[in-house]
Amino acid sequence: MSSNQESIQKTVIVALLLCLVCSIIVAASVVLLRPIQEKNKALNLKVNILAAAGMLKEGSTPEEIESTFARITPKLVDLDSGEFVSPEVVGLTNAIDYDQKKAAKNPKLSDVLDGDKDIASIKRREKYAKVYLVEESGTIKTIIVPMHGYGLWSTLYGFVALESDANTVAGLGFYQHAETPGLGGEVDNPKWKGQWPGKKIYNLEEGSDPVIELVKGGVDLTRDDAIYGVDGLSGATLTSRGVTNLLQFWLGENGFQKFLNRIREGA
Amino acid sequence: MSDMTIKKVLFEPVANNNPIALQILGICSALAVTTSLQLSLVMAAAVCLVTAFSSMSISMIRNHIPSSIRIIVQMTIIASLVIVVDQLLQAFAYELSKKLSVFVGLIITNCIVMGRAEAFAMKNGPIMSFVDGIGNGLGYGAVLIAVAVVRELLGSGSLFGIEILATVNNGGWYQPNGLLLLPPSAFFIIGLIIWGLRSWKTDQKEAPDYKMKAHVTKEAF
Repeated sequence: MSSNQESIQKTVIVALLLCLVCSIIVAASVVLLRPIQEKNKALNLKVNILAAAGMLKEGSTPEEIESTFARITPKLVDLDSGEFVSPEVVGLTNAIDYDQKKAAKNPKLSDVLDGDKDIASIKRREKYAKVYLVEESGTIKTIIVPMHGYGLWSTLYGFVALESDANTVAGLGFYQHAETPGLGGEVDNPKWKGQWPGKKIYNLEEGSDPVIELVKGGVDLTRDDAIYGVDGLSGATLTSRGVTNLLQFWLGENGFQKFLNRIREGA
Repeated sequence: MSDMTIKKVLFEPVANNNPIALQILGICSALAVTTSLQLSLVMAAAVCLVTAFSSMSISMIRNHIPSSIRIIVQMTIIASLVIVVDQLLQAFAYELSKKLSVFVGLIITNCIVMGRAEAFAMKNGPIMSFVDGIGNGLGYGAVLIAVAVVRELLGSGSLFGIEILATVNNGGWYQPNGLLLLPPSAFFIIGLIIWGLRSWKTDQKEAPDYKMKAHVTKEAF
């Protein structure tokens, strides 16, 4: 290599040119592929909502998913009062357009959580949440509520579907997380998710706080409280703890507890 | 190396100069993604592509890279390619990209890619570098697939998610070995592969770093 090769001028030029070329390639791939990715994400969200509610048939085409999803009504809920609110409170005409993830970061639409209340480690909680209702001839059949919280590496985003008694689980699923594949990533395992339907969130005779939890080492089915427990994920204690925490937060007094109480009372 | 032919460059890294078994590079991702065969295949293909194209691009500009910033130039090219691969996976294989999660991004830190750029692409032409990248990707993939077959078959009783050994949970006879789903098991399997490979090809054996001297004085009772 000649001395010219190592001059400061040449070094700077090579660095600048390289950065320019690489940034064009990266930017082009991101921009060109974004529409396809957004479509995947939107479809994935719908698939997860349907899967949580047990309404997803295996091997559905995107069109079938869209048409099944049309049976679901999104609605906004004020988490503090537990009442339905019109989408106009957030300046929208349609509840489906409400972006709850963005709202959680918006100081106007969210509140800071105190350390002792923040069991799911989410720091801020949005004022309004988007729930999905499956109604049949005017009565609510399934209530699908969103939830999120910190596991081991990442924030897990998912849904839990409750039956019309607002207590029995109809299904549960996470649509976004970055837990360790094979360990914490087993929250996506169909066999594990299959344990959820039929479990109960609240022990309504003893109190109004959620009692559901993941049990390390597996649930002892002979015990009376087995209906409030689901097997923890083996090799993923911290992810399991995170899932318990986020369920207890989102179904607890700072989450959907008031809303679910109202549903139960038939309001 | 004057006797370089495409065939040799392509297949040498698979058995004779395997990046995982001989160069001991890229172990981290080999532990992480080998719980399922499907993930391993996608990972191997991604590494193959990134190594091949990064080696080729680096080789094309190798005479213009000032040696003072060569590592960072290589990193920039590799990182850009990894982002492109990640974006492609998210667009066309969304489910898989969700399962691979962080590991696609971590190809950047896979020593194989960097190692080939520094050791081969900086000294050879673009076509040879491309072939060398593919070859090393294949060598990496071969080990990955071998490990994944053992781990998925014995760990969950299936291959490609299709049940081969009927597990106890599904009413069969096979009690899956949970250890094989945990990362340490990949160490054992890779260790066994290296042992097997070096018993077969004895020239891969390394001379011991030092020999213990025999005791000459009595030091303890």
